Amino acid sequence: MQAVVNVFLKEGVLDPQGKAAHHALDSLGFPGVEDVRIGKQIILKLETDDRAKAEAEVKEMCETLLANTVIEDYTVEIN
Amino acid sequence: MKVAVLRFPGTNCEFDTQYAFEKIGHATELVWHENETLPEGIDLVVVPGGFSYGDYLRSGSIARFSPVMKAVISFANDGGRVLGICNGFQILTEAGLLPGALKRNNDLHFISKHQNLCVINNDNAFLNKCETGEVLNIPIAHADGNYYIDDAGFEKLETNGQILLRYSDEKGAPVVVNGSVTSIAGVCNESKNVFGLMPHPERALEAILGSEDGLRMLKGFEV
Repeated sequence: MQAVVNVFLKEGVLDPQGKAAHHALDSLGFPGVEDVRIGKQIILKLETDDRAKAEAEVKEMCETLLANTVIEDYTVEIN
Repeated sequence: MKVAVLRFPGTNCEFDTQYAFEKIGHATELVWHENETLPEGIDLVVVPGGFSYGDYLRSGSIARFSPVMKAVISFANDGGRVLGICNGFQILTEAGLLPGALKRNNDLHFISKHQNLCVINNDNAFLNKCETGEVLNIPIAHADGNYYIDDAGFEKLETNGQILLRYSDEKGAPVVVNGSVTSIAGVCNESKNVFGLMPHPERALEAILGSEDGLRMLKGFEV
């Protein structure tokens, strides 16, 4: 099984990289962008075939290490 | 006083930190990250600056799980004094020993320069030899020094006198350096035995090299 984790800065926490990319897009002639958020994607290959177990485990991994929940939110997708 | 200075793969301020504490007359010992215990009779643990584990994932996020950190967490929970400088500050927030988190600087630059700092609270073991409102000149060198804490957390910091230092001008008025919440440069925990700051006091020991203000900060820990 594969888990795809997306980690982003929380809404309301300024994302300086997103802001810089947004400015760059503006100056390159892409004016229609409302907001840019930059995060990271972490792909985990898991041994288990148990979907629920995988999801619970990956969530625990996010809470412990993969995300810093003081400033970041995360989503988990199991494929 | 006996000072333990931690060393992770990627730490690069451990010798400066040792030099600084030895210069003011204290014994120091380097402690490798794989050690599961701290040396006997330690009065202060310093988590020095650098780029532990290459800043992978987030600055400090991997180092925080190394064996020695378990010993540091229990040392701190028993009231032992811990100081985190720069990457050490990041490690201590990641470990949950200090509130808040350190994000990428707002302008995305690595900032390396001498910076004025205003002492906000000196009622603690770290800054007791400095005056409240005093301006210190200490080098900073970081990319992830943008201190973040939510409103509720900030209020707690303020009420408990946990804000140690703010980036300031030469008169002590706060200035924006990296985007930190209210220009915070250093904080301590609620019990005031764990301290963290982005600036490098161990790099401000000689007037001829720009500042010796770091000496007074580090001497604070003397009993």
